[in-house]
Amino acid sequence: MTEPLIDIRNLTVDFDTGHRVVRALHGIDLAIQSGEAVGLVGESGSGKSVTWLAALGLLGGRARIGGEVRFEGHNLVGAPASELEAVRGARIAMIFQDPSSSLNPVYRIGQQLAEALQLHRGMTSGAALAEAGRLLDRVGIADAMRRLRDYPHELSGGMNQRVMIAMALAGQPQILIADEPTTALDATIQAQILELLQEIRRDSSMALVLISHDLGVVAENTDRVCVMYAGRIVEDAPIATIFEAPAHPYTSGLLAALPELEGPRRPLVAIPGVVPEPWNLPPGCSFAPRCTEFEAACEAAVPPAVELARGHRAACIHARSGVA
Amino acid sequence: MTALLEAEGLARHYQVRKGSRLFSRPATLRAVDGVSFTLQPGRTLGLVGESGCGKTTTAKLVLGLLPLSAGEIRLQGETLPKAGSTRWRELRRTMQMVYQDPLAALDRRIAVGRQVMEPLAIHTIGTPAERRDKALAILESVGLQAHHFARYPHELSGGQRQRIVLARALILSPRLLVCDEPISALDVSIQAQVVNLLLALQAKMGLAYLFISHDLRMVRQVSHEVAVMYLGRIVEQGDPDRLFAAPAHPYTRALVSAIPVATRKGRQRLILKGDPPNPIDVPSGCAFHERCPIAVARCRAETPLLRPMADGRHVACHLAA
Repeated sequence: MTEPLIDIRNLTVDFDTGHRVVRALHGIDLAIQSGEAVGLVGESGSGKSVTWLAALGLLGGRARIGGEVRFEGHNLVGAPASELEAVRGARIAMIFQDPSSSLNPVYRIGQQLAEALQLHRGMTSGAALAEAGRLLDRVGIADAMRRLRDYPHELSGGMNQRVMIAMALAGQPQILIADEPTTALDATIQAQILELLQEIRRDSSMALVLISHDLGVVAENTDRVCVMYAGRIVEDAPIATIFEAPAHPYTSGLLAALPELEGPRRPLVAIPGVVPEPWNLPPGCSFAPRCTEFEAACEAAVPPAVELARGHRAACIHARSGVA
Repeated sequence: MTALLEAEGLARHYQVRKGSRLFSRPATLRAVDGVSFTLQPGRTLGLVGESGCGKTTTAKLVLGLLPLSAGEIRLQGETLPKAGSTRWRELRRTMQMVYQDPLAALDRRIAVGRQVMEPLAIHTIGTPAERRDKALAILESVGLQAHHFARYPHELSGGQRQRIVLARALILSPRLLVCDEPISALDVSIQAQVVNLLLALQAKMGLAYLFISHDLRMVRQVSHEVAVMYLGRIVEQGDPDRLFAAPAHPYTRALVSAIPVATRKGRQRLILKGDPPNPIDVPSGCAFHERCPIAVARCRAETPLLRPMADGRHVACHLAA
C-alpha cells in the first residue's frame, strides 16, 4: 500500500471546561489515500467534526490535542501557526454546513474569492478576480463574471454553498473536508451539490472526506465509511460491506432504524436509550448499555478495533467471530 | 363516517413590495394558494415539499394560528368559527401542535411536569391533584417516568424533550395532532423511537396526524395518504407506497430521485436545474414549468388543476396520464 495522503494516529481531544476536563475524542486512527472518498457517519457529539477541527488546529485554547496527524511528512499536531497556515485552506480545505454563516455578509462574492486566491496562490488582484470568475463558472454558477459583484444575501443557499466550494477549490487542495455540506439545503438542491462534488473529484485527484449523519448521502458519494460513536471509530469498511455485512451492533442498529422508500413497510427497530454524555461514559464499550449483544465482558475494557477483512475493522468483542 | 378535518381551498396571501425600495411595486405573495384535503379519524396525512412550499403555513391555517385569506376549515363537519371566539376555543382543544425544536417549544425555567399540566389549567379542567395525576399518566404513555416530572428541559435529552412536547399536546385528549417536522431535530437513532411512539399512540388513542416533513422515507413510514406541495399548491396526492414508487408529477419524480439511497440499482437520478422561483414571481401557467424537464408550450400558458388519475391519486400536471 502506498503512503497515505494523511495519516491520523491515536488522535485525542480533551476540552477543559474550567470545572473539569472532558475527553471528546478517544484515539482516532484514520488514514486517507490520495484521491480517496471517505465518509464519516455518526450522531451529534460523536466526534466527526472535532476530528478534523483538531487535525487542522481550529479548536482554540480550551482544547488539548494528543496524537499525530501526519501530512506530507509533517506532524500537524502542535505545529507552529505558520506551518498550519500553509496547509489550511490551501492543501486541506474545509466547507461547512451553513454557507451563509461562513461567508462575510458585507463583502462581495468576488472580493472574498479573490482574497483566498491572493492568499493561497499569491495572485495579483486583477488575475485573482479573473480566476474567481473561472472558479464560479466551474462550480456551475451561470453568468459568473456578473455574479462576482453579488453579496451573499443576493444568492440562494445552494448558490452560496457553490461559492464556498469555489473558495475551497481556490487553493487547489489535495483533500476537501465537507462537513455536512448539504444538511441545510433542500433535497433537490442537495442532489445538485453532491453531483458537483462528484464531478470535481472525477476531474481532479482530490480526496474527499464527507461528514454526514445521513448514511444514504455517504453511501452514494464515497468508497469507504467510518462509523463514529461517542468519540471513537467503531467500524471502518467499504460501502458495500457496511450495508451487506455490518460487524458492529451500532452500525446494524442504525441501518434497522432507517425507513426505506420502496418495498414493503416494516416496523422500525429503534436503538433504545440515548447517546451517553462525554463526561459520563459507561465503563468498557460506550455502546454497551444500548447494545442488543451486550454481555458482561463488554464492560470490562474498551474493545480494540479488530481487522475482520482487508479494509474492514470493527471495535466490538463480538466482531471477532464475524457475527453481530 | 364524518371526516375529522376538511380543508377546502385554503389560501394565505401576503401583500409585499417587489424589491426593497420604498416605492417598489406592491405584489402578492401566495404562500398557500388553494389547498384542499380531508383527514379521517385515526389516519395520517403526510405533507411533503421543500422549504417555502407552504407546508408550515398550511399547518398554521388549520390550527387558526394564521387567518385564512380564503377557504374554509371544517372540524367534524362544523365550520371552524373565527379564531379566538368561545366556540373556536372549545373546538381548538381537539387539535394540538407538535413542533420541530422541542427546546424552543418548552419554557426552560419551568419544570416539565408543570408545562404538561398547563393546558388543563388554561381550560380549567380538574383540581390540581387531578391534573397532576393525569400528567403522570400521560408521561407514562409517552414512555417517561414519574421522576421526569420535576426535571427541567435542559436536564433531558432531545428525544425525551420531544416526548414532553407530545405529552403536553396529548393531555387535552385531542383528536388531531399537527406535527411540524417532529423528528428533524433528533438524532437518527432517536428518530425511530419517536416515530414508533407516534404510531403506537395512534393505534391506542385513534389520533389523526397531519405529519409535515421533508424526509420522504419517514413520511412513507407513517402516512396513509401523502400530499406533495410546490409553491403553495398540492401537485400530487395519493397512496404513499404507489406515489413514491411511481411518481406521476415531474416534481415528485425529482424529489424522490434526489433521495440518496444505499442501493441504487441502476436508478436514474433526475437533477433539477436552478432553485425554486421566488414566490412573489411565480411563473405563469404551471409554477414548475421553468425547472420541468418535460414542459411543453401548454404548461407556460395554463395552470394545471389537481385531477384524479385511474389509480385513485390526484395529479396537477397536463402531461400526467
